[in-house]
Amino acid sequence: MHDLYLQLTIAILIGIGAGYLGSFMVLKRMSLVGDALSHVALPGIALALLWNFNPFFGAFVVLFFATMGIWILEKKTELPSEALVGIFFTLSLAIGLLLTPEPELLEALFGDISKVSKNDLLITIGSVVVIIVTTSIINRGLIISTLSKDLARSMNVSVNKINFIFLIMVSLVVALGLKVVGTLLMGSLVIIPAAAAKNISVSISKYTFFAGLFGALASLGGIFAARLLTIPAGPSIVLTGGVIFLITLVLKRR
Amino acid sequence: MKEIILNIQNLTVSFDNDKVIDDLDFSVKKGDVIAIVGPNGAGKSVLFRTLMGLVPHLGKIEWSPGLKISYVPQKFSAEKDFPLTAREFLHLKSKNQDKITSALESVGLKNKQSDMHHIKHHLLDQRLGWLSGGQLQRILIAWAILDNPDVLLFDEPTTGIDIGGEETIYNLLKKLNDEMALTILLISHDLNIVYKYANSVLCLNKEKICFGPPREVLDPQALIKLYGGEAKFYKHEHKN
Repeated sequence: MHDLYLQLTIAILIGIGAGYLGSFMVLKRMSLVGDALSHVALPGIALALLWNFNPFFGAFVVLFFATMGIWILEKKTELPSEALVGIFFTLSLAIGLLLTPEPELLEALFGDISKVSKNDLLITIGSVVVIIVTTSIINRGLIISTLSKDLARSMNVSVNKINFIFLIMVSLVVALGLKVVGTLLMGSLVIIPAAAAKNISVSISKYTFFAGLFGALASLGGIFAARLLTIPAGPSIVLTGGVIFLITLVLKRR
Repeated sequence: MKEIILNIQNLTVSFDNDKVIDDLDFSVKKGDVIAIVGPNGAGKSVLFRTLMGLVPHLGKIEWSPGLKISYVPQKFSAEKDFPLTAREFLHLKSKNQDKITSALESVGLKNKQSDMHHIKHHLLDQRLGWLSGGQLQRILIAWAILDNPDVLLFDEPTTGIDIGGEETIYNLLKKLNDEMALTILLISHDLNIVYKYANSVLCLNKEKICFGPPREVLDPQALIKLYGGEAKFYKHEHKN
């Protein structure tokens, strides 16, 4: 497959997955958790680079344990775990910075879509399908528990189980996105499309659909803009997302 | 004698060794409308959550077997920017259009003559957070009665409903009580509502202060015990 097509396919798929899942993260008011979470991935990427395996797996394993940490915190305390999350995650960013070999540091921080392989395509297709299917299955419970935890529990929705599954999906999407936009910008890949979709959607079905669509458009536009202007793709994708957000903001005001 | 469908004995709920509900006894008969009154922090909402089995407790809570219980919690985060339409909200519970239509009729959001197009446009396809307080409450009640429950636990929101609107919500609950033989437990902040609509009142301030028909048990003494200094205001209303 031509390099550009490979990059585009991977980036668009990840854009869809991140946008769609991000729409629920924004509703659950955990968009900043997603942002902080992406920083945890860095030590995982570093170890993968040091020991020579696919950084996706390194990142996913570390993210998985971090999300379990959040889940247990949420369950035990019912408090917003923001401060702890913030402290723990910036610490792991610091550790990751020390561990990551210097030549790869920039790639780990900001992603490099030009370095993707066919293996990455397979991983991406598999993961995005898992993310979308799983999230659609739990979406009723997710929405009810976001509206009211008590309401959800009174309807026998197992809130803890759903949050647990959801957080695994979050770690999966964050691990995927690192390839495209890197550790520092991953948060925006889940937040921006959802925030833009929220501006122009009355219903949840349109909202989740547009979030996925805007994720895809940001990736598509971002990669082309990067080629055209010979700039790195990661920041270009994030900025394209920003432009989409501004457009929806104008549409909302009218 | 009507059948007892809920029996509560020695119910105690503690959070971190702090008793929120202390040794509570009362019972509910089929078809009752029971109002629960008490100052803020008296444990009213906690009582509902406990009855729904959401809170660990000591003592006995015995529901008749096979009862369907619906619950409208007070904390309900339908912020203005939450992208969820009223229709989608109802669909979370049931996708059966006939049931939805009949629930909307029951809560007075639709009558036989009303134009379905109008209802779709102005109500069902609107964001939940854009509805007026009264409309939102009716949608919440419609949601609660979608599966024909036997019992409704209704935790009244403290804000957001104008007085006129509030009155009709209680007319509505009373109507559902009559027509569907729905047993209703409601938390209220307005003693006038209690006198008008409830056949029993439970005065709760961590422990049971009084329980029985409002006109018999809501005497000045009970009110002083329940509300402390605020009682004068309520006493005046009681005499009317």
